[in-house]
Amino acid sequence: MTNLFILQLLNGAQLGVLLFLIAAGLTLVFGIMDVINLAHGVLYMIGAYLIATFAALTGSFWLGLLLMLPAALVVGLVIERLVIRPLYARSHLDQVLATFGLVMIVNEGVKILWGTTPLSVPLPALLSGSIPLIGPLQYPVYRLAIIAAGLAVAAGLYVVVNHTRIGMLLRAGATNRDMVSALGVNIRKLFSLVFALGAVLACFAGAIVAPILSVDTGMGESVLILTFVVVVIGGIGSIRGAFLGALLVAIVDTLGKTFGPILLHYIMEPAAAGQTGRMLAPMLVYILMAAILFARPQGLFGQRAS
Amino acid sequence: MTTKTKLLASTFAALAALPAAAQDLPSANDGVLKIGLIYTLSGPAGALGTQARDGFMLAVNQIKEIGGMPTEIIIVDDEQRPDLAADKARELVARDQVDFVVGPIFSNILGAIHKPVTETGTILISTNAGTSGYAGAECNENFFVTSYQNDQNHEVMGAYAQKQGYQNVFLMAPNYQAGKDSLNGFKHSYTGGVAGEVFTELGQLDFSSELAQIAAFQPDALFTFMPGGMGVNLVKQYSQAGLTSIPFLSAFTVDETTLPATQDAAVGLMGGANWAPDMDNAANKTFVDGYLAAYDAVPGTYAMQAYDAAQLIDSAVRSVGGDLTDRAALKAALHKADFASPRGDFSFGNNNFPIQDFYLVKAEKRADGKYQTAIVEKIFDDYKDNYADQCPL
Amino acid sequence: MKGIQHISARIWLSLLIFAGFATLPLIAMATDDPFLLLIGTRILAYAIAAMALDLILGYGAMVSFGHAAYLGFGAYAVAILNSYGVTDLGLHILGAVALSAIFALLTGAISLRTSGVYFIMITLAFGQMAYFFFVSLSAYGGDDGTPLQARSTLFGSDALENDRVMFYTALALLIILFAGATRIVGSRFGRVLIGTRENPVRMEAIGLAPFRYQLTAFVISGCMTSVAGVILANQAEFVSPAFMSWHRSGELIVMVVLGGIGNLTGAIGGAVVALLLEDWLAVLTEHWRLLFGVFLILMVLYSPHGITGALERFKGGRK
Repeated sequence: MTNLFILQLLNGAQLGVLLFLIAAGLTLVFGIMDVINLAHGVLYMIGAYLIATFAALTGSFWLGLLLMLPAALVVGLVIERLVIRPLYARSHLDQVLATFGLVMIVNEGVKILWGTTPLSVPLPALLSGSIPLIGPLQYPVYRLAIIAAGLAVAAGLYVVVNHTRIGMLLRAGATNRDMVSALGVNIRKLFSLVFALGAVLACFAGAIVAPILSVDTGMGESVLILTFVVVVIGGIGSIRGAFLGALLVAIVDTLGKTFGPILLHYIMEPAAAGQTGRMLAPMLVYILMAAILFARPQGLFGQRAS
Repeated sequence: MTTKTKLLASTFAALAALPAAAQDLPSANDGVLKIGLIYTLSGPAGALGTQARDGFMLAVNQIKEIGGMPTEIIIVDDEQRPDLAADKARELVARDQVDFVVGPIFSNILGAIHKPVTETGTILISTNAGTSGYAGAECNENFFVTSYQNDQNHEVMGAYAQKQGYQNVFLMAPNYQAGKDSLNGFKHSYTGGVAGEVFTELGQLDFSSELAQIAAFQPDALFTFMPGGMGVNLVKQYSQAGLTSIPFLSAFTVDETTLPATQDAAVGLMGGANWAPDMDNAANKTFVDGYLAAYDAVPGTYAMQAYDAAQLIDSAVRSVGGDLTDRAALKAALHKADFASPRGDFSFGNNNFPIQDFYLVKAEKRADGKYQTAIVEKIFDDYKDNYADQCPL
Repeated sequence: MKGIQHISARIWLSLLIFAGFATLPLIAMATDDPFLLLIGTRILAYAIAAMALDLILGYGAMVSFGHAAYLGFGAYAVAILNSYGVTDLGLHILGAVALSAIFALLTGAISLRTSGVYFIMITLAFGQMAYFFFVSLSAYGGDDGTPLQARSTLFGSDALENDRVMFYTALALLIILFAGATRIVGSRFGRVLIGTRENPVRMEAIGLAPFRYQLTAFVISGCMTSVAGVILANQAEFVSPAFMSWHRSGELIVMVVLGGIGNLTGAIGGAVVALLLEDWLAVLTEHWRLLFGVFLILMVLYSPHGITGALERFKGGRK
C-alpha cells in the first residue's frame, strides 16, 4: 500500500508539473492582459504535433525539441497578433467567442494538416527504461525527467519573475495594469511577450508529454479545463498559485482515483464502494475547487476577485 | 380530465391524424440500391471508422454493382457522438431513404441508432459493435451483425488465461458499457483469481496510476480492453514502465489500427480475434492483397467485417433478384450468409449474430516492415454467443 | 417612447418567427421531407436554451459557460423518470426543473461570489463536474448514454410519438417560455437585474443586494434551459452526457451572441441561424468547423452586436 502511495505521488507530481507549465502561461495572460483564452489547450496540442513532425524529420527527439521551441514562439506571436490583440479592449464575452472559434479552427486545421490518425513520438533513448524504486517497484526514467524539467522551468520562472526587470513588470501588471502603462512601459510589447511566453510553455508541455501519450486532436480539451481549475484555485495572475494549484489538483486527482474506492471499502459494500468511488473520483477536483472558492473567492494567492 | 385538457388532447389527436408524412417505409423499389455508412471518421478513434469504410468500399470496388444493381453509397461521420449519430441515422432513413444502414464502430453509437433505423423496417448491419442486449432479449429481425457479440473476444482471452493456469489476473477496461461487457466476457471463461479490477475513464490517455497498481500487485497477467488511442498509449506506457515481463492479454487493443503507432512496443503482445491478416484462404488473399494495394496499409478486423457486410448485402440482394420490396425474402436471404468470408467459417445464429471461430493472435513485424497480428492458435470452434438463447427470433 | 416602440417591434418580429415555425410542418408535408420536423424540433429546443441563457448573459452580464449541464439535467430527468414508469411530459418537466433548481442554486451561490473571468471559468468547471457525474452514472449507460424506449406521454396519450405533435408541443413550450421571459425582463425584477449589469455598486447603494437578484435569475435560467433538455431528449429519443459537453455550452453562447445579447427574440433567431449555418456548412465540407471558427472570429471582430446589431447598422446606414 505504501509502495502504491509513493508511485501515485510521483505520478501526481508528474501530472502536476505538466499542468503547471500550461497554467503558468494562462494565469499570466489572465492576470496581466485580462484576456480569457480558451485556445490555450490547443497550444499544448500544437506543441505535441510540432515535436512529432520535427522528431520525425530529424530522426531525433532532442533536435525536434530544439526546433519546436522557436516554432512555438512563432505560433504564439502569430496568434497574438491576429486574434488576441484585437480583443484586449473587448469584453470577456467577445474573448470567449473569438478564442472558442480559434479552438475550432486549430482543431480542424490540425486534422487537415496531420490527419486524424494519432501520431506517436519515440522516447529518447537516453531517457528510456525504468529505474527500480522499492522492492518490485519500477518507475520510468522519462517520467522522472518530466518532473525534473517541470521543476527546472518553475525555478527559472521564479527567478525571472522575482529577480528581473521583466519579472517586476509582470508582477506589477498582474496587480495594477493601468499603473504599469501609465509609467510609460510599452504595454503592447509586454503583452506580446507574455502571450508568446505562455504559448511556448504550453507547447513545451505538449512536446515533453508526446513520447508517453499519443498525439491526437482531442488532447488539448481535457487539459484545458483542468488548467482552468488550477488557475482558479491558485488565483489569477499568480505563478506561485499556479504551481501549488497544479500540484494540488494533480495529486488529489491521481490519489483520489486509486485510493477513493479503497477508502470507501471501509464504510461500504465492495461493489457499492467501487461504484461510488468511480463516480466521485472524476468530480473530486471540482469539489475541491468549489470548497476553496467558497472560502476564498479570489483563489489561494489571487490579488483580486475579478 | 377537465374540459381544457380534453380539448388539448383532442387537438393533439387531430394533429396526429393528419396524413402521416411518409413516416412509414418508403417504397424501396426505385431501381437503385442505397446504402448508408455511418462510422466514426474523425476524432481520436477516427482510424477505426476509416478502416471500416475503406474495407466496405474495397468490396464495393471489387464487386462493382452490389447485388447487380446500380449502387449509391452515402457516408456519414458520427464523430463518436451518440446524439449526433441518432440524428444522422434518422436523416439517412427519412430523408435519403436508404435500403441498408451499415455501421457503426462503437456500442454507444449502436445504442443510439438501433431504434431509429430498425423501427422503420430499414435493415441495420453492424460491422463492429455487438452489444449483449441486441444479441439476447432485444434481438431484432432487421438487425444483423458481421462482427461478433462484444463479449466473445474477451471470452477467448479468458479461456486462454484459464488454459495457462493463471491464478491472479489484473483486469482493466474503460468505464463504459463495452468495457464492463469486456470484463464480464473474460470472467465468463476464466475462473481463477482476480488481482485487481480497474475501470479507467473513457478516453484516458495516461495510465501511470493504473500501471503503478499493476506493478505493485505483480499479477500473473494483465487482461485489458483499450480500443483506439487509449490502447496506443497503454501499450507504449506498459513497455516504458518495464512491465513487459507480465503477459499482456488484450482485445481490440493490439490490432492493425494501433500497430502503426505502437510499432515495436506492441510486438509479442497477445489478443483475441475472429480473424487475422495471415489466414490462408483464397477469399482472405483477395481481401488483404486488395486492401494493401488500395490503401498501403494492413487491414484489421474493422475493415474485414465491413468488407463482409458489403459481401453479405451483395449475396442477399442477388438472391432476391434485386427485389427490395419483399422484406421477408430479403431478410431470409441475408440470414443465409451465402458468401465467402476471409475468416473462413461464417453463419448466422437465430439472433443474426455470427457463429464463427476465434483465435489467439500475437503482434508481429512483417517482412515488408509493416506490423500485423498473426494467428497463434484456435481457441473456439464455431462459437455461438451466450445470449442467443434469450432471443425470441 | 423610443424604447417601447423598439420592444414592440421585437415582439412583432418574434410573432413572425413563431408563425414561420408553425408553417414548417406544412412545408415538410409539401416537400415530402419528414426529417425537417426533427431538425425543426431540435432548433426549437436550442431556441429555448439560448433564450434562457440570454436572460442571465444579456440582461445580467453573467457569462455562464456551463449551461449545457441544464440541457443534460432535462434530458436525464426524462430518462430517469421513464425508467421508474413516470412517462408524463409535465412530470418530466417538473423533475427537470427541480433538479436544475437545486444545482443552479448550489453552484450559482458559489460562482456568483466572483465575477468576470473567474465566473466564466467556474461555471465551466461546474458544468464539467455535472458532465463527469453523468459519464460515471453507469445505471443510465454512463458515457454511452441510453436510448429512450418511448417519448414522453401527454395526458396519458402517446401523441408525441408523432413528429408533428412533438414539433408543435415544442413550439408551444417556446412561446410560453418566451412570454414568461419577456414578462420577467419587463418586471421590476428584470429592471433590477439590468441595473446590476450596468452598475452593481449603485444597486447596492440604493439598498438592493445584487447577489440575490443574480442568483434568482441564474436559477430561473437554469430551469428554463432544462425544459429544452426535455425536448431534446424526446426529439433524439436518446440521452447522453454529450448533451452537456463544454462545446455545447460554447455553442449556446454563440447562439445568444449571434442574435445580439440582451434580446430574447434575437436569441431565438440566433439559435435558428447558428444551427442552420452549421448544417449548411457541414454540407459544404467535412471541415465545416474550420469555417465556423473563422465566422465566429470575424463576427466578434467586425459585428460586435450580432445579427440584430448588423441589421440595425444596415438600417442606420441607409437612412
